[in-house]
Amino acid sequence: MENSQHSNGLKTALPLEGRDAAPTAERSNFPGQVHETPGGGIVLSKLDDIINWARSNSLWPLTFATSCCGIEMMAVASAKYDFSRFGFEVARASPRQADVIIIAGTIVNKMAPVLKRLYDQMADPKYVIAMGACAISGGPFFYNTYSVVKGADHVIPVDVYVAGCPPRPEALLHALISLQEKIKSGKTREQIQVPKPVQAQIKLKK
Amino acid sequence: MVEEIGTTTDGDLIINVGPQHPATHGVLHLVITLNGETIKKVEPHLGYIHRSIEKMCESLSYRQFIYVTSRMDYLSSHINNHGCALCVEKGLQIEVPARAKVIRILMDELTRIASHELWWGAMAMDLGAFTPFFHAFRERETINDIMEETCGARLTMNYMVPGGVMLDIHPNFRQRVHDFIRLFKSKVHEYEEMVTGNIIFQNRMKGVGLLSAEDAISFGCTGPTARGSGVSCDVRKYYPYDGYEQLAFDEVLETAGDSFARYMVRIRELHQSIRIIEQLIDNIPEGDFQAKTKAVLKLPKGEFYQRVETARGEFGVYIVSEGGTTPYRIKFRSPGFSNLSALDHMARGSKLGDLVAMMGTLDLVIPDIDR
Ligand code: SF4
Repeated sequence: MENSQHSNGLKTALPLEGRDAAPTAERSNFPGQVHETPGGGIVLSKLDDIINWARSNSLWPLTFATSCCGIEMMAVASAKYDFSRFGFEVARASPRQADVIIIAGTIVNKMAPVLKRLYDQMADPKYVIAMGACAISGGPFFYNTYSVVKGADHVIPVDVYVAGCPPRPEALLHALISLQEKIKSGKTREQIQVPKPVQAQIKLKK
Repeated sequence: MVEEIGTTTDGDLIINVGPQHPATHGVLHLVITLNGETIKKVEPHLGYIHRSIEKMCESLSYRQFIYVTSRMDYLSSHINNHGCALCVEKGLQIEVPARAKVIRILMDELTRIASHELWWGAMAMDLGAFTPFFHAFRERETINDIMEETCGARLTMNYMVPGGVMLDIHPNFRQRVHDFIRLFKSKVHEYEEMVTGNIIFQNRMKGVGLLSAEDAISFGCTGPTARGSGVSCDVRKYYPYDGYEQLAFDEVLETAGDSFARYMVRIRELHQSIRIIEQLIDNIPEGDFQAKTKAVLKLPKGEFYQRVETARGEFGVYIVSEGGTTPYRIKFRSPGFSNLSALDHMARGSKLGDLVAMMGTLDLVIPDIDR
C-alpha cells in the first residue's frame, strides 16, 4: 500500500503521457502512468523514469576542446546560445564532476590514450557527443595524414554525432537536446539491454 | 603516456598541467618543476593536436591547401588564408583587383578584433572572472554574423583564394560593419572598466612574466607578445601587403614587458583595427573581386615565402615548388610556437599561480603550434 501511494506521488511529478495508462473512468484524468501489476516492480520502473528525467536535465559537460570546434562550443556556452537554458549548466574541467564529454575537435594518436583515460575517469552514467567532422571521422584530416584518429569512436563509444566543420551552435544545441531525449526514453548505450543472440533453429527438410 | 607526479633528486616536485586543463586553452601539456610554490622549470610537451597539416598540404593542390590552413590558427583563419593566397599569388605573379585587396584587409581586421575579444574573455576567465567571457562573446557574435553573411561560415572561413576572394561581399556588409563599429565603440569602455582598471587584475598582471626586448627577439617572439616588450615587429608596417602601406594606423608598443603590457597591447590594437576598418569601409572600390586565374594552378620551380600579421604575430608560409600542381614542401611559421618557447624563461622564479596569467597573455592557440 505504501508502495502504491509512493508511486502515485512520484507519478504526478512526471509529465509523461501514459504509455500503459488504464482506461478506467476514475483514472482517465490522471496524468501519470499506472501499472496494473502490484508489487515492487511499480516503484522501480517509475523511479527509473524519474531518474532519467532528472539526469537528462542536469548534464554537466566536460570542457574538452582540442581544436577549432571548441570555439563553437564556447559560443554555445556564451550568452547568445547559452546551453545552461537546457540544463548543461556548468562546464566542468574535471572528468570526475562531468556527465557528458563533448569531443570538440580532432583526436590525434597522441591524444587518444588521454581521451580514453578521461572517459574512464568519469563517473557513470556518462555520455559522449562527437562534435564536428573530426570527431566523427577525422573530417578534413581524413586523407594523407599519419597522425589523426579517424573518428573518436575508435577510442570511446559515442552517443550522439553532430555533423559540421564546425557545426553551428544550433546544431550542437540540437545534439544536446537529442541526448536528453535519448536519456529520457531510456535508449542510451548503457540503458539498452542487448538481448543475447538466439541461435536460429534450422530444420532441414528431407 | 603522461609522466606521473614525481620528485627530482633535489627534492623538487614535478607536476603535469594538461593536456586536459582549462587554462592551457586546448591540449598543451606542461611539465613543471616546482620548488615549493616557485617555478624552476616549465617544459611544454607538444603534439597532442599534431594533425600533420604540412604533410597533408604536399598532396593538396594550390587551391585546396588553403582550406586546411583555416584550421591551424582558427581564430585568425582569414589571415592564415590571406598569407597562403598571397604566397601563391607571389609565385604566379597574379595581380589582385583593388576591391579584393580592400575586402581582404577589412576581413583581416574584423578577424583580429574577434580574436582579441575571445582572448580577452578567455584570459579574464583564466584569472577567475567569468563575466568578461560573456561580454566578449556578445560582440564577437556580431562579427560572426557579418562573416556568416559574406563568407558562409562562422569560424573556418576559407574565403580568400589565390587571385582575390571567393565571393563578393554581401549587400548588407557595409551597413553591418557600421553597426558593429557603433556597437563596439559603445561597449569597449566596459572592457576597460571591468577588467583593465580592476586593482586585483592589475596586481596579478603587473611585474609578472617579465620578458626583456632582447629575450623576446632571441626567442623569436612576434606579435603582441614581442610588442609588449617594446620590440617593433608589426609585419603590416615592415612588410606591408595588399595596401596596408596606404593606411593610417599605429603600431602599438608597450615597454614594460610584463603580462600587463602584453594585455594593453592587445586592448589598444582593438582601437587600431577599428581605425583601419573606418578608413576602408566607405571606400571599397568597385570592380572585380577575383582576378582571372587558371583552373589548375602550377607554381614555377622555386621557393616562395610570404609573411602576414595574424592576431598572434607573424605567420609565414614557405612553399617549395618543383613546378607541379602540388607543393613539394610547405612549411608554416606559426607565431604561437615561438611565443610559447619564451614561456619557460618568463615563468622561472615566479609562483605557480602566475603561470596561468602568463599563458593567458601569450594567447596560445595549440593547433597553431602543433599544426
Ligand atoms: S571538424 Fe572542422 S572545425 Fe571541427 S575540429 Fe575538425 S577541422 Fe576543426
